[in-house]
Formats: sequence, structure tokens, C-alpha cells
Amino acid sequence: MVVPPIPDLVDPASQARARRFTSSTSELERLEMELLLLAIYRHHGFDFRAYAPASLHRRIRRHLENARLSTISGLIELILHDPSALQRLLHDLSVNVTAMFRDPSFFLEFRTTVVPLLRTYPTVRIWHAGCSTGEEVYAMSILLEEEGLSERCRIYATDMDSTVLDQARQGIFPLSRMKEYTGNYFLGGGKRSLSDYFTAKYDGALFAPRLAKNVLFTQHNLAMDRSFSEFNVIVCRNVLIYFDRSLKDHALGLFSESLGTLGVLCLGRKESLRFTAFEQDFSALSARERIFRRNK
Amino acid sequence: MTRFETPEGVKARYDVVVVGTSTGGLHALTRLLGALPATYRLPILIVQHRSKDSDERLSGLLRGASQLPVSEAEDKEPLRGPGVYLGPPDYHLLLELESMALSTEEPVAYSRPSIDVLFESAAYSHGSAVIGVLLTGANQDGTRGLQEIKQRGGYVIVQDPTSAESGFMPKNAMKNVVADRVLDLEQIATELVVRASDARVA
Repeated sequence: MVVPPIPDLVDPASQARARRFTSSTSELERLEMELLLLAIYRHHGFDFRAYAPASLHRRIRRHLENARLSTISGLIELILHDPSALQRLLHDLSVNVTAMFRDPSFFLEFRTTVVPLLRTYPTVRIWHAGCSTGEEVYAMSILLEEEGLSERCRIYATDMDSTVLDQARQGIFPLSRMKEYTGNYFLGGGKRSLSDYFTAKYDGALFAPRLAKNVLFTQHNLAMDRSFSEFNVIVCRNVLIYFDRSLKDHALGLFSESLGTLGVLCLGRKESLRFTAFEQDFSALSARERIFRRNK
Repeated sequence: MTRFETPEGVKARYDVVVVGTSTGGLHALTRLLGALPATYRLPILIVQHRSKDSDERLSGLLRGASQLPVSEAEDKEPLRGPGVYLGPPDYHLLLELESMALSTEEPVAYSRPSIDVLFESAAYSHGSAVIGVLLTGANQDGTRGLQEIKQRGGYVIVQDPTSAESGFMPKNAMKNVVADRVLDLEQIATELVVRASDARVA
């Protein structure tokens, strides 16, 4: 085991860094953040150290408020000695905000640009990376069914968090959001009525189990696990925004490795391959909707 | 995690301007940006409350009004030099040390993008090198973010509520934060130009 050198606590660079802020609270908080993320990693195995710091810091601050703690150091003590506190923190640190047919114009573009490509394949393998509670997977499954492709498609839907995958498998989403989703569905080129696909029960909308028939929900951590198959399409929208540049590059490397020749990569509407190591490896099928195709 | 370069010698006091606005923001931003010279050197990040379905008309209008380049921020876009960067609809805009970041986390007080989210992240990543500007609006967004900027040594400018289309947001901020300046839009533009040439105190 290689032990990294311990940085000199009073080295000139760190003194200069400290001078940069009139208030030294930021420096101290950065140190506490580093220690917290190290504690989570060493104690639990989840590695948040290469997450985008700004939004991660915000989630930690919000967690401190909810837990009525005044410092990150206090939180470190708590999670090292109280397993339930660690679980609550992990839950607050992962972002599980998702929607059906978010950015309808993406789904419309997928129908017109990607579906014709998929028709030329006898079987299609799709990887939904970072699927959270599964809304977007069901949206894709509906789209494929309407395009007559569901029989030949298999979707691998992954997330690092097993509890959200349990929810995704159930296919029950809040009834209160169906109005919004119905609007998105139409704008995204929906051919029927969204209500054809679910049954309302209490405050939930239970989606038809056939939509999940060709879906395999399984745990996979983009930061730690390897490529596990070869795919024709990888959908990973608004997931890499939570990673820092190095981890984003790592995940893109994984995607590049997992895509077959001319495989399609779908990112979120404000995510790009610019500023990454993989810019040259992909060409845009739709620059506006961030749909790319692997060269060669 | 700390990655910024150590500054040596005389450096500018401020790195970045963050601006937040809601009701009446389009008009206010048009005037504010219109009054800034083409040579303005600090990057300007803006959150204007907007619906999730809003298109790029807002950036188009601001582009027409400003002599500076105006664009919607992309995730991980490096913060290099001058220009106006607008928070895109349905995302929060955050500032990291050297780049911008987006997030789809829950709306804050029904807003995504949220002014507080931008301001707090700027205060955390850039400390005392932030100038925060809060303009017209009819809700409480921005107050908490300005508190954070102030607490970490940044500079706080609030639009004079009497000059604002909707004075509630600036007034709410003034009740809770001691602003360095309370000014009308033309004065804010002048103040931003002056502060951009302040030297950093070692």
C-alpha cells in the first residue's frame, strides 16, 4: 500500500492560499470537507471525492441544517459512530431529482434521429446510466414501444444507489406529476395518451409492467465499477454534471469503451464533450439535443 | 481539493460579478449591461428567474443590449475572462473555482435557477473576490446568498428599491444584509467598472 506524503501544514503555498481570503472560514471548511469525504470513503466505500464541489458542498450544508449541526467536523464524528446517521447523509448527498420526458425536444429528436438507426439493428442494447428512480427509463420504454422497437430492445438501467433501484422496479410515480409528464409526453412526440400506460391508485401512478419487461435494473457505480457490456446507445443525462472534470472524463472513458462502432451517446441539454478528453472521439448527431455518435 | 493558483504581486481585488433578479429583470439587465463598456474585464454570471420552458430569447435580447459576449452557461465551462453567462432554464447555476457548474437539484423557493444557489456557491468558491448584485424582484431569493457573500468578505450591491420595478427583493435584502452600496442601475454600472480596477490587498 502506498501511503501518500502528508502535506506540510505550514508550507508557503498553503499560507498564501489562506491569505487569499480575508476570511479563513472557507479554508477551514474546505479542510473539513476533505476530511468528511475521506471518512465516508474509508468507512463506507462510497467515493464522493471527485464530485463537483459546489453542489456537493451545498448538499452537505443543507444536511447540516437538517441535522441541526453547526460544523462539518461534528458531522464526521456522528457518521463514524452512528450507522444510521451515515445512511441519512448518503441519502442527502445523492441527487435523485428526475422526471419523465424532461426536455421533450430531446425525445422528439431521439424519435426522428436515433430510432431510424436502431431499426437497422436486429437487437438493440441500451444503457441508462444513473437512472435514479426510473422515470426516464419508463419514458424511453414507452417511446420504443410506440416506435415498434420494444421487442428487440433491452435496457440496462443502472444507479449506484440500490434503494432508488427498488423504487424504479416498482414503476410507481407520484400521480401529482402526471399532468406535467403528459404535457412533456406530447411535446416529445407521444403518439397515444400517457394515461394509457398507467393506472391511478391512491396518490400513485402504476405504470404497465410490460414497460419494464425488457429492462434490467442493476447497481453500478460510475466512479468505481467497470464497463460490463457493449451497447448501441448510452443515455446519461444530467448525471455527469455532479462529477468533477476528472471523474467525468473517467465516466466518458467507460462509455466510450462500452459503445459499439457508431454507438450513440445522449447527454443532458447543457452538457458537452467540450473541455473533455473525448471531444475528438464523437461527432454530433444533434448538437442542440446533445446526441453524439462514436466515430469509427 | 484546493486547486487555485497562488497569486503573487499585485492582483485585482475581484474575480467575478454575480447578479440576481426576478420580476422586472429583463428591463433592468438590459440597462445595466448596456451601460457596461465592451472592455469590461470581470466575468458576469446572471440568474434571472425564468420558467423551465423559456427559450433562448432572453439571452438574445441581452446580447442585443450588451457590448459584451452573452451566452447561456454550459456545465463545466471554464470561467475564462470577460463575458456574460446566463443561468439556463430548469438548472441551477453554480460557480466553482475555475468553471461554472449546473445542477438539476430541487428548485429553491420554487425557482430553478435560484439566485441564492449561485450567490452561495460563488461565496464559497471565490470568497472575498466576489461582487454580488441584487436587482428588482418580488420574492425573497438572493437575500441569503448576499449574506453569505458578505460574510466571506465579498462586496454587496443592492438596487435602490425606489428605482426598481419591483422593490420587494432589494428591500428584503437590505433588511437582512448591510449592503456596501445601494444604487440605481446606471450607478451600479459605474460602481462595477470602478471596483473591477481595485487592487487586491496582500
